[in-house]
Amino acid sequence: MAAPKPRVKVPKSASAGEVITIKTLISHKMESGQRKDKDGKVIPREIINKFTCEFNGKPVFSCDVEPAISANPYFEFSAKVMESGTFKFAWVDDNGETYTHEQAIEVK
Amino acid sequence: MQVTRRQALGLSAGAMAFVALGPGLKAARADEAATQKMLMDFTGGKEPASGKITLTAPEIAENGNTVPITVAVESEMTDASYVESVTVLAEGNPNPEVATFHFSPLSGEATATTRMRLAKTQNVVAVAKMSDGSVFMDKKQVKVTIGGCGG
Repeated sequence: MAAPKPRVKVPKSASAGEVITIKTLISHKMESGQRKDKDGKVIPREIINKFTCEFNGKPVFSCDVEPAISANPYFEFSAKVMESGTFKFAWVDDNGETYTHEQAIEVK
Repeated sequence: MQVTRRQALGLSAGAMAFVALGPGLKAARADEAATQKMLMDFTGGKEPASGKITLTAPEIAENGNTVPITVAVESEMTDASYVESVTVLAEGNPNPEVATFHFSPLSGEATATTRMRLAKTQNVVAVAKMSDGSVFMDKKQVKVTIGGCGG
């Protein structure tokens, strides 16, 4: 599988105190551990098991992910921004890897 | 007795499922009781009230592999009063847990959208836990045309 590629949509700017919507997607097969290959063997589970979003180091939103989340997991949530800063996103893979992405926002 | 290929496959698949699940894990299919237990684990034994939380899901999902769901909870989302977490459970999936969202006052609004898998037609349950400890629940039935858990 190609390396998971995160895609994040955050508005470039907002006014102070505004509640913005953030959309995130990461390409990942989310192998559920329920499927079997053609020999009847269970294909081992490999999913993104945790997603977190921080703003200037403070937690905004996080999600404990189970195999019941679709492939290419998509999360849409909101955040209240009071000052300019950086959103930091992280996806934790079952294989131990963490994929991260950062996006800055300017608050006027 | 002649064992047909189909029977053999079914048997081995069943055996595999058992091995894969291992000890201490739930049976292959979750039922309402298991969901109820998980719900109680999440709420700490409290019976959730209705209201405040809205779970939006399609009435009919053609493809169980990707069913969009949205949870929204009414809350001021201030430091004093906010939604701590929302858990989503699917009664008819092999494993009822779907996702648990954790919010903070910085979330602004307690809403989240994601896409989930549904194995068959079933109820989807969303439970919200507030910072003051109260719990709220919403339930929606989703009809699934093609199940989405492989197998």
